[in-house]
Amino acid sequence: MATIRSIARHIKPGWKVAGVHCQKAAIRCASHFTYFPDTVSEAQGETTRMNLFQAVNNALDTALTTDSTAVVFGEDVGFGGVFRCTVGLQDKHGADRVFNTPLCEQGIAAFGIGLAAAGATAIAEIQFADYIYPAFDQIVNEGSKFRYRSGGQFNCGKLTLRAPCMAVGHGALYHSQSPEAFFAHVPGIKVVIPRGPIKAKGLLLSCIRDPNPCVFFEPKVLYRSAVEEVPVAEYTEPIGKADVLVEGDDVTLVGWGTQVHVLREVADLAAERLSVSCEVIDLVSILPWDRETVMKSVMKTGRCLVSHEAPLTGGFGAELAATIQSECFLNMEAPVQRVTGHDTPFPLAYEPFYMPTKWRCLEAVKKLVNY
Amino acid sequence: MLQAGAKKLCPLLRSVCAVKRAHIPRVLQARPLSTGLGGYTPTDSVGSDGSEVRPQFPGATASWTHELEFVNADRYNGIPIYRVMDRDGKIIRPEEEPKIPDGTLVEMYKKMTLLNTMDKILYESQRQGRISFYMTNYGEEGTHMGSAAALKPEDFVYGQYRESGVLMYRGFTLDQFMNQCYGNEMDEGKGRQMPVHYGSPALNFSTISSPLATQMPQAVGTAYAFKRNQEDRCVICYFGEGSSSEGDAHAAFNFAAVLDTPVIFFCRNNGYAISTPTREQYRGDGVASRGPAYGIASIRVDGNDTLAVYNATAAARHKAVTENKPVLIEAMTYRIGHHSTSDDSSAYRSVDEVRYWDSTDHPIARMRLYLSHKGLWDEGKERDWKNSAKKQVMESFQQAEKRPIANWENMFTDVYQELPPHLETQMKSMRDHMKEYGKHYPATSDKK
Repeated sequence: MATIRSIARHIKPGWKVAGVHCQKAAIRCASHFTYFPDTVSEAQGETTRMNLFQAVNNALDTALTTDSTAVVFGEDVGFGGVFRCTVGLQDKHGADRVFNTPLCEQGIAAFGIGLAAAGATAIAEIQFADYIYPAFDQIVNEGSKFRYRSGGQFNCGKLTLRAPCMAVGHGALYHSQSPEAFFAHVPGIKVVIPRGPIKAKGLLLSCIRDPNPCVFFEPKVLYRSAVEEVPVAEYTEPIGKADVLVEGDDVTLVGWGTQVHVLREVADLAAERLSVSCEVIDLVSILPWDRETVMKSVMKTGRCLVSHEAPLTGGFGAELAATIQSECFLNMEAPVQRVTGHDTPFPLAYEPFYMPTKWRCLEAVKKLVNY
Repeated sequence: MLQAGAKKLCPLLRSVCAVKRAHIPRVLQARPLSTGLGGYTPTDSVGSDGSEVRPQFPGATASWTHELEFVNADRYNGIPIYRVMDRDGKIIRPEEEPKIPDGTLVEMYKKMTLLNTMDKILYESQRQGRISFYMTNYGEEGTHMGSAAALKPEDFVYGQYRESGVLMYRGFTLDQFMNQCYGNEMDEGKGRQMPVHYGSPALNFSTISSPLATQMPQAVGTAYAFKRNQEDRCVICYFGEGSSSEGDAHAAFNFAAVLDTPVIFFCRNNGYAISTPTREQYRGDGVASRGPAYGIASIRVDGNDTLAVYNATAAARHKAVTENKPVLIEAMTYRIGHHSTSDDSSAYRSVDEVRYWDSTDHPIARMRLYLSHKGLWDEGKERDWKNSAKKQVMESFQQAEKRPIANWENMFTDVYQELPPHLETQMKSMRDHMKEYGKHYPATSDKK
């Protein structure tokens, strides 16, 4: 909460909230992206304006309402959560269903595994993705292997772990991390990252109801800044399915979470300044990831830029690049470009230089088309 | 000085509290403390004569002291070890003798010895390279059988790996044990885990995994689900004293207490974690003494006294199920066997030490004496049962050895509930590879 409040302090009246219309003097404080809201068809019925934390709250409320075994727990979720994602849920559903745990991430993940093993729907919160590592053993050695090692006799498929992730402007080393690549190497779990409120509601419900343990990373900078018209009724979004957000012919841009919005702006810049037509893909699901959609696009464009906030070495971009090059070799006009965070810890004062900005991405697009 | 200052502040504190209270909406004032809204309200801290009565810190309920004194960290005369019968199998206090039916007592003894027989044969089979790995239960059979008999079949078990007797008591068959150790086509775990990593949903026994103590906070989660379902069942979670040093043990104890869960933590304190003696594991009074620090009712028992283990577990079960509270049992015992087949324990402890426990204080011997005193067992029965047990184990062993491993395609299933496209691709690629190179790989059965 402190994090979000201090962002708000930096944004002066007249500025676009997550916008780029800052004067040079204000660059340091500017957000690195412009939010591109999603829309839904009228067939999805009544909608209401929600930001990302409200969409998450709405999905949790739906899960608790439709499934009497569902429980929501973690550090400080009882009073509504430090990002307000669980506001009102304890009053509505009871203190035995929405409750605080002691401050211990390995305990939270394991407690959830035990609940799920007993057939209850367990929705656990890790306060920041940066603090998920104490639970790494429980996720990697236990939750992910529960079904396999028992020959399918036991499972903890009803477990979902939610955690705020990615850059927030001034989160420094331990409030900015994007740990998805660590988890991409773990057979047995699903890893999902939404780009906005509509996706967040549908995907979170899918994760909660998926018969496999899921890790759901929520880009925290979007909690308040991403606002769109979200369907009121309950719905789900498919896990393992990427979205083509902008169609294009020359270069495929792949990202997830907040970075999707950076890439959409890159596509506009590339069209404007380079007359290059970009196809923008939100990967949505890191594990399992949608090979078909990505390959189909790269076969068409012959060029690909993968961009993520996490460091380069061992980042999930490496997995994408390797697969693209082995599957699309004959269609490729240039080597896959990766624009990512640097191989450093996530810094405080240097965040603007650390980020895979639209300018770094634009330069990579230039390289791709001039190769 | 300190006191004078504190006194001065008090009237101020009182008035602040009064103002705050006036602004709290009536609904919140009426809310019981357990709803999650803090649960802490400073009460009047000043007595009628103006002196302080109690400290008001939210973190602890305690009185003031004017002596600078550390709580003694030295080991005091430790928590006593509860016993029902002596080494000769004689009941020490008649009122403590559990009322276990004769048939059940004999069954418990038979399964202790059957487990012992199975251990000997499987240990030898590993030495001959017939199975890849094994861990015996020597000396700890009493902890398994005493606790298992005190539970109900619907109580859910999380174990570490040295609790095969619990499964045996519940009806896991020799064939099931053997098939798992051989990882053959009949293994319900589909041959994926190392030997002794048993599990059985039918017997409410969660599949064993190698990482130590991970099962402890999981057991708490399962117990919480039972509590919410208002089921008349508890969870028992076994672990060794070495595991109790893991962070997950701390997580488990604390979560269990704070979330009021019906779970029994059962520690097998056998003196060693592989080569590490308890002196290098902890400096407190074992594991039982940690329970009260977490707010958990705790007891220490003689783990070689099957009846003491039974009584403690039965009482713990009652407490867990009726009060929704965790209980900690520390069973003192001795690991008579090597840690595993990959370990030669003579490298770090004396043969004499082992011999002492094997010959003078063994749970099987003591149980046998107890049954003899009751007229339930004799030399003849012992001879017949030993022969029968050996025959049963050998038959099962030979059958398990003959069975092939399951089809290799089982390697790919159960990673997820469904087979995702990328795994389907990898399985297909392996299938193509096997068509060409199959002769270079061991045979598997067609059974999937």
